[in-house]
Order: sequence, then C-alpha cells, then structure tokens
Amino acid sequence: MSYKRPAFRHPDAAINEIGFHQKDYEGALSTLCAGCGHDSISAAIIQACFELSIPPHRIAKISGIGCSSKTPTYFLANSHGFNSVHGRMPSVATGAVMANKDLTYIGVSGDGDTASIGMGQFAHVVRRNLNMVYIVMNNGCYGLTKGQDSATADVGSSGKAGVPTMFSSIDLAGLALELGAGFVARSFSGDKNQLIPLIKAGISHDGFALIDVLSPCVTFNNTKSSTKSYTYVRDHMESTSIADFVPVKKEITASVQPGESKTIEMHDGSKISLSSIAEGWDPKDRLSAINAIHKASLEGEVLTGLLYIDAAQPPVHKLLNTVDAPLNSLQERDLVPSQEALEEINMGFR
Amino acid sequence: MKPTDLKDPEYFHKVVDCQYACPAHTPVPEYIRMIALERYDDAYMINWESNVFPGVLGRTCDRPCEPACRRGRVEEEPVAICRLKRVAADMKGNVRDRIPQGPFPANGKKVALIGGGPASLTVARDLAPLGYEIHLFDEQKAGGGFMRSQIPAFRLPEQVLDEEVNYILDMGVHKHFNTYVSSMKEILAQDYDAVFVGTGAPRGKDLPKLPGRWDAKERVHIGIDWLASVAFEHTEKIGKKVIVVGGGNTAMDCCRTARRLGGTDVKVVVRSPFEEMKASPWEISDAQHEDIPILSCHNPKAFVTENGVLKGMMFQKVEAVYDDNGKRRLVPTDEPEVFIEADDVLLAIGQDNAFPWIEKDLGIEFGEWDMPVVDKVTFQSTLPKVFFGGDAAFGPENVITAVAHGHQAAVSIELFCQQSDVHQRPAPITNLYSQKMGIHEWSYDNGVVSDLRYQVPHANKEITLTNRKLEVELGFDMPTGYKEAMRCLNCDVQTVFQENRCIECDACVDVCPTSCITFTTNGEEDDLRQRLTMPANNPDQDLYVSDVLPTARVMVKDEDVCLHCGLCAERCPTSAWDMQKFLYNVSKASHVCPTEAV
Repeated sequence: MSYKRPAFRHPDAAINEIGFHQKDYEGALSTLCAGCGHDSISAAIIQACFELSIPPHRIAKISGIGCSSKTPTYFLANSHGFNSVHGRMPSVATGAVMANKDLTYIGVSGDGDTASIGMGQFAHVVRRNLNMVYIVMNNGCYGLTKGQDSATADVGSSGKAGVPTMFSSIDLAGLALELGAGFVARSFSGDKNQLIPLIKAGISHDGFALIDVLSPCVTFNNTKSSTKSYTYVRDHMESTSIADFVPVKKEITASVQPGESKTIEMHDGSKISLSSIAEGWDPKDRLSAINAIHKASLEGEVLTGLLYIDAAQPPVHKLLNTVDAPLNSLQERDLVPSQEALEEINMGFR
Repeated sequence: MKPTDLKDPEYFHKVVDCQYACPAHTPVPEYIRMIALERYDDAYMINWESNVFPGVLGRTCDRPCEPACRRGRVEEEPVAICRLKRVAADMKGNVRDRIPQGPFPANGKKVALIGGGPASLTVARDLAPLGYEIHLFDEQKAGGGFMRSQIPAFRLPEQVLDEEVNYILDMGVHKHFNTYVSSMKEILAQDYDAVFVGTGAPRGKDLPKLPGRWDAKERVHIGIDWLASVAFEHTEKIGKKVIVVGGGNTAMDCCRTARRLGGTDVKVVVRSPFEEMKASPWEISDAQHEDIPILSCHNPKAFVTENGVLKGMMFQKVEAVYDDNGKRRLVPTDEPEVFIEADDVLLAIGQDNAFPWIEKDLGIEFGEWDMPVVDKVTFQSTLPKVFFGGDAAFGPENVITAVAHGHQAAVSIELFCQQSDVHQRPAPITNLYSQKMGIHEWSYDNGVVSDLRYQVPHANKEITLTNRKLEVELGFDMPTGYKEAMRCLNCDVQTVFQENRCIECDACVDVCPTSCITFTTNGEEDDLRQRLTMPANNPDQDLYVSDVLPTARVMVKDEDVCLHCGLCAERCPTSAWDMQKFLYNVSKASHVCPTEAV
C-alpha cells in the first residue's frame, strides 16, 4: 500500500496570489477506505483554501472523532490542527476562536460526532455565532465501528447490514436554521462544482457557517437501499441555485445563467452570485429556507446549495466586544490596568 | 471523442515513450525493473532479444529514448536509459547458454549478407536459428562494421564488441572477412535465395574544390577513414596541432582520438552555430572536457600550405540567418578571415552511400542521390530477392536504427523464402495483464522516487588521454545502477479503466498527483483538451477517453505526465482502475508462421 504521494505535480500547476502551489495545501495520503466521499471533501477544502490564497499557517483545523475527524490529516498539512474528543470539537474550536480572531477556523465533524454525542455542543456553537466553518461529513453511519446507523440516517434507509432505520433522522441544516445560524448550506461530496464555492463563501462569512456535506460511505452505506449512496444522492439532488463565489478583488464576469439571479455581498466585500434560483426561495429569508428543506424532504429529494445567509448577523466577537489582538500577544501592561485607571475605577465606588 | 480503442496495441505502446521512440522498440521499463531486482542476466537478455548489441549500445547509442522519457516532462532529466543498458551488460554473468546455439536444423535456404555491420549481423541473428545458411561478407578483418572501424576504443572496448559479434557469428555463420564484394552480379549468379545489403555509408565527404586541398594531401584526412586506420592500427600518431572540420559525432570521435595520438592543440571547427551542431550533447561535452575548443560559425575557405607543407586553414566567419519558414542560411560576416594553424586536418563533414559494386543492369533501381529504391516497411529493393538495411538503405543513421532495419529485413527474407507476401507482416506480440497482488499491492514498485539523474563516473583524464584504448566512461556501479533504475516511472504498467465498474466517486481525481484525470462531458478533442482539470497542452500525448458513464460524463485521462504511480487504482473502491503491464515485442522472423511451400 502506498503511504506517500509522489513529489511531482503537473508541471503547469498554477501558483496562487501569495505564491503557493496547491501542493502546499495538501496533507498526507488518505488511509480512509478507497472511494470514501470524505476524501473528495478534503480535496475541495484544499482547492478552496488554495484559491482563496489563505496562508496555510493562518488556518486552524479542528475535529472530533470518527472517519470524518481523521480527515484533517489529509489536508492542510502546514496548518494548525487539533484532533479533539468525540463530539467536543465545538468546545475546542470555541477556545481557539476566543484566543485568536485572526485565524481561519475550519471545524470538521461527522454525523455521529455532531448529531449524537456532540449534539449539545453543536447547538451552542450555532447559537453563539462562532467565527468558523463547520463542515459535517455526513454519511449516515458510523463507518469507523462497522457502519451502525447514525442519527442522520433516514427512516427506512438501510446500509450494508440490511436493516432499515426505525428512528426519524435529524436534519442538521434545518436544526442550524432553527438555532439561528447566519450561513447554512448543504452539498454533496461528489459535486465539487457546487461544494468548492460554498466552502469559500463559508470561510469568508463573518460568523458561524454550517456546510452539511452528504458523503457516501462506500464500505457500509453505499447500498441500493441507502439514501446516502452515490446513486441515490445523484438521482435525488435538487439545488436552491447555482452558487459562484467571487473574491474581493475579482469582478463578476461569470456567464449569465438562465433563470433568476442574485448577488449577495459578504462583510469583507466578496460576493456570492446565485443563478438559476429555485422558485419560492429567497436566500435571505429564513422561513423560505426552512420551507424549501421540508418541501424537498417530503418529496424524497435532497435539497442542496446555499440554503440561507445573513451576512450582517453579528458574530461572537462583536457580541462580546472581544480584544482584537490574539491573547498570546497580550502583555502585562495590556492586561493590568494602570495606577491611574485603577484610581479612576476606585473613585467610582467612593 | 470516441472511446479509446484498447484493442489497438499502438495505443498503449505509445504511452511507453522510451520504447515507442526506440527504433527497435526495446521494452525499456521491463529491463530496467530487472536491473533493480539485480536480475542482470534477464535484463541483458531482454535487450539482446530486441537490440542485439546491449553492451555496444549501452555505451554508444544515440539514445532517442531519452529525450522521449516521461521523466523529462515531470522533472528535469530523463532516466539514464542508455547507461542502465550498460549496467545490464557489465553486471551480467555468463549468458551463453541462453543464446541460441547451433547447429540448427537446416531449412535449405541460403542468404548472403554483404557488409558485416549491425544490420547484417541482426539479419544473421534472426535467420540463423531458423536454419538458414548464412554467408557474411566484409572487407574488414572482423565483424562489426562501423562499430569496429569508427567508434573509438575509448568509447567502446574491443572485447565488448567482440563478445556480442561472436554471439552471432558462433551461430554457424559462414564468415568471409577480408573479402571486398566487388560485383553484385557475381553474388546474384550464385545460388543465394536472398541477398541482404548492409554496407553502410562508407564514403566520407571531402572538400575537393577547396583551395590548397591537394597541395599537402598526406596531412588532410577523411575522418571515418582515419578512424578506421587508427582502429586497425595502421595509424598511431598525428601532429600536435589538429583541426577537425565538422560538428557531428564523427567529428567528436576524431578530435578525441587525435588527443590520444599526440594532438595537444586539437580544435573542432564547425560551420553551424554551436546550438545546432549535429553531435549528441554528451559527446560534445566529453570533447570539451578533454580541452578541445569548439569554434562555431567558421566556414572553411582554404588550406594553407608552404612548400607542400600544411600550415593551417583559413576560415570565414558566418552567421545564421533564418527565413520565414525557419530555413537557415549561413551568411558571411564582415569580420576578417581567421587563420588557424594545423599540422593535420581531419574532415568529418558527413558521409555518403556508395554502391560502385552494384551493376546498374540487375533490376535494382536507384533513385535520388544514387540511393537504392527500398520499401520503407519491407526493406525490399526493386529486385525482389535483394534487401537493404542500415545506413545502406536510407542514408546515415545509427546502430539502433540499423538493428531495427535488420529485424524487419529478416522478417521479409523469411516471408520471401516461404514465397509469402512480404507485406503481410506478423503482428507485434503483446500482452496486457494485471499487476494486482492484493487489495493495495502491486507486483511492481509503484513508489515514485525524487532522485535526480545520477552522473556516470569518468576515468581520470590524465590517464585516459595517454592510451586510446582506455575506456573513459566507467559505467554505474551496482548501487548507483539500482538508484538510477528506481527513477524509471514504469510507463509500461498501464492505467486501464473499466467504465462499467466506475461509481464516479472522484477518488482517482482527488488522489492523482499530476491531475491527469477528469470526469466531464464529452466533446471534440481540441475542446476537451482545454476543459480538463489541467489543460492537455501536449498534442503529442494522447487522451484516454472512456465510454459514457451513468452521469452522462466520460472519464478523460491525459497521458502526458501520468506517473504510473498506481494511486488511482489504489484509491478506486471498485477496481474500475487497474494497473496492467503492457508488453510489446516487435515481430521478428521467428514469429512468421511457417507455411507449406507452394
């Protein structure tokens, strides 16, 4: 088995605005099962970070436990990383985000890690609007422990064991909308044209961004009876719109698609341009997003694309009025009030 | 585009760049793997089957394989294929018992080979085991032709040549050395079933009209004749100051030989710009290493003599001017003419074919430049029983081309002697089989090393310049040979795609280090090439296109910089990708099916 990727890349491989090759954003060779959807999501993260020209050392990737949470080894080898406890990725991410607001935070979790053991953590990180992209690699099963159903498995869906799921499933995107998330999207590991712009937009969003990515488990849950197989998702995928992410410096030159289109400006000046927008859906209307998700679900379809965005929702740092400088750069003089300041405070109590 | 037709053996053959570029189509990656396994005898025999003179070619080949090597497209330098061939020859044990040994049951056919060079010897090698009575004629005292007379011993030791020539002669070839064939008519009058002409291009070009050419003619030599005279030990020294006129490999051999025969001030003077010299780059650098300056853009004007003694030569400086079609003209500059002193001048400005011994009324037609009219595939002349090969067929080329001609001429002779159509040639022998050993295991070393090309050590110049028989290049030792062998990308282990197994999970696309694989909608080739993950801008390399997949897309793989690392197949959950070794052997005379004589 190969444990190392050859050092050579395509001789015409481009460099990004800050002089890096895509190779500089790669990680170790994956040890997940061959054909795992998670590897495609890793590849999408690599390409998104490369194209956004984020210096690799200014990114932190944080994960929990599970197949999904192994993936940070397979991308962004030159970035900070923390492989935490099962379901506790949001806590560790909270600590990191509070300590340093200058980094880009990518949280990676799975459906087990998020929708079961980590559900409480997930709910609160959404509420607080923490500055991070939360990527769920959602395969509907516990791949690492031989494919038991997870909380996102749909009723009636069955994996390799052949026993249909009895319990109703948790829709993480719907839940995030309920909890007040300002950026909610769903995508499919097998559709990078959709996934990469969404990751870029999520990274650029100032606040919490959830991307629920359906990611087939080839070993345990890619059966004909599963609703999270490559074939099922491809056959039942509907999308809210075709999203294109336009970074700050580039002008919108994307070709005009038929159907209604819309441009959403992000806080940093970058834009998301949406075309072929689905009927009755407005990306800025939370209710229309919830409706669209439920409608698709009733029809047995999987709604993907950008579901909801509120670029103006105040993130945690704004709500808490946190200090701009990273905590580790704060010196005694920054932390201990001066004699005059102390006097002033004391005066207030006299 | 239409799905790639894998039934056409030429598709995968072309992917093996080195083998495809080799005139004899030697299975290069296969023998390089044998070297890495320390199976030197096997490596040698793969070569011997294909190119007949591995020890000779491992030192002197023109190496068309190396510029073609895929490694040169993904990093800086190709695999040192030629020098690895030498490793196989140097490290092998006794392979005698693996080489066909006579006496062979006679088939009653008799063939004359005129000229004892690589082309004729290849014909002999291919036909002798089939029972042919072979008669080989050469004016020299031993076989090998220009490999013996023109390639200096410091590049090709005599014992290496003798060994490989003797493997063939010992098959029961009737040797007629020191025999100049002066009449084709006489040969045809004898009872040969076929005649093969492999007499090379024996006439070195001269500058007969240059002023002063004949005033001191004993100090002006034709390069190839002079080299032969040195090889056969008729010439043992040369003056201190020597001018070699010409810029090809013969010029390089002349100047380096002159350095060993007493030339202390040897200069190569060439008309063309330095960058356009015909000599191989490594031969030029070897000459420069021996303190031989190369003066380019100097056009010979006159030989300068005093009282019948050669003093030197006058040259006019020229510059290269190119017209709109890129055609070069050498235009004199205003600079004054240059005088260069010389005791001897060696002319190495090319060589011509010459067939004074072939009578014009035999039915062997001659065309442009007095060259015989020869079929490019069958090597048959207009007289059906006479075949040509090597430099004699289409003008000066090289040893490996002569070998390739020899194989094909032997096929033709076998067909001709069976009274079959010489155009109905046997297909190449090919094989394609999986290298899968286990779930993620391959029977070839699929890891790609990052080592840069290893340099071949040279013997100390102070010593080699004193003796023309001391070999300059020392060849790789075993550890270096191994490391260089590991640089080979195993291009013959093909990425074979089966669309009916593919679930379009993108795993191969994600893992491919060189971004060769794309799943997209089909289109015309030019359009498709631009729509790939990395645009396929090398039109010499094919696109591998699958049939339509369930999502209405096709798999397109640009063969250009595929590393054959097998990661696509390793990461494929359904074995839609498989790594399969493709062997391609050019058809030889022994592959012709015997037919009942009519």
